[in-house]
Amino acid sequence: MARVVVDVMLKPEILDPQGQAVQRALPRLGFEGISDVRQGKRFELEVDGPVDEAVLARIHDLAESFLANTVIEDFIVKVEEGAEVAEAAK
Amino acid sequence: MTARIGVVTFPGSLDDRDTRRAIRLAGAEPVALWHKDKDLKQVDAVVLPGGFSYGDYLRAGAISRFSPVMETVIEQARSGLPVLGICNGFQVLTEAHLLPGGMLGNDHLHFVCRDQKLRVENAETAWTGDYRRGQEINIPLKNMDGRYVADQYTLDRLEAEGLVAFRYLVDGAAADGYGNPNGSLNDIAGITNEAGNVVGLMPHPEHAVEPLIGSGRTDGLPFFTSILKKLVNA
Repeated sequence: MARVVVDVMLKPEILDPQGQAVQRALPRLGFEGISDVRQGKRFELEVDGPVDEAVLARIHDLAESFLANTVIEDFIVKVEEGAEVAEAAK
Repeated sequence: MTARIGVVTFPGSLDDRDTRRAIRLAGAEPVALWHKDKDLKQVDAVVLPGGFSYGDYLRAGAISRFSPVMETVIEQARSGLPVLGICNGFQVLTEAHLLPGGMLGNDHLHFVCRDQKLRVENAETAWTGDYRRGQEINIPLKNMDGRYVADQYTLDRLEAEGLVAFRYLVDGAAADGYGNPNGSLNDIAGITNEAGNVVGLMPHPEHAVEPLIGSGRTDGLPFFTSILKKLVNA
């Protein structure tokens, strides 16, 4: 078992009112000096077997077609630290 | 023989019954379609109704877009089948990339439910032929994720090619139904594809088809009479 993480964020040019609402709450909580907050989604995929290039390519396709809507969002696929990575992916 | 217009029910659809009723009032035959069924029962057009299909999980419309019925709808829409997406149906159409751009949460973060004034910008689609270009209509709007967004290139193309079908009327008091209710770019309420067979909008024409119900206006009925005329005269 290995874990692959897909982080999805709204594209930088798209307004994120949820992130703004979080940012506006910060001074009330005593957090100063944070000028912007943007909120995204994190998917943790538990993969059966080793994570090789073929698996990562399939997860990339999955992220591009389903987990993210690339019209409005960007995504990053990463293998989590400590996960067993097959030789081919190194 | 009249036209047969299918209405898809997804888990979480809310307005499928009202939409079938609107189709019947317009004089066409409504046909219930099921999300798990690839068969469109030989309908002449399809409406994707409002609601919260699959709980809006992931993104509104994102999971519905991969349902079996949508496989056939997407394929046939590309070859000319008229498809109307209302509210959640509009979200499904953008997720399916049958219409450009995407839908996000309202900019004010609240659910909005009110009568909304719109201007008809394109009266030449399969679903808007019974309106006049420039006509102002007033129909209910109710959504959480109604903010239409697209990159500047797409917005410029929509404007240049006349693909904005409906626009929110913003010059007036909110209490009278004016204003951009969700932060949609360019005040866009609905769009069409280039062929004019696929149309999506956030407001709900199916809730404004009977004088006895709701606001008493029937400003939404022309959607359904338009498609009927188009199909019968085809």
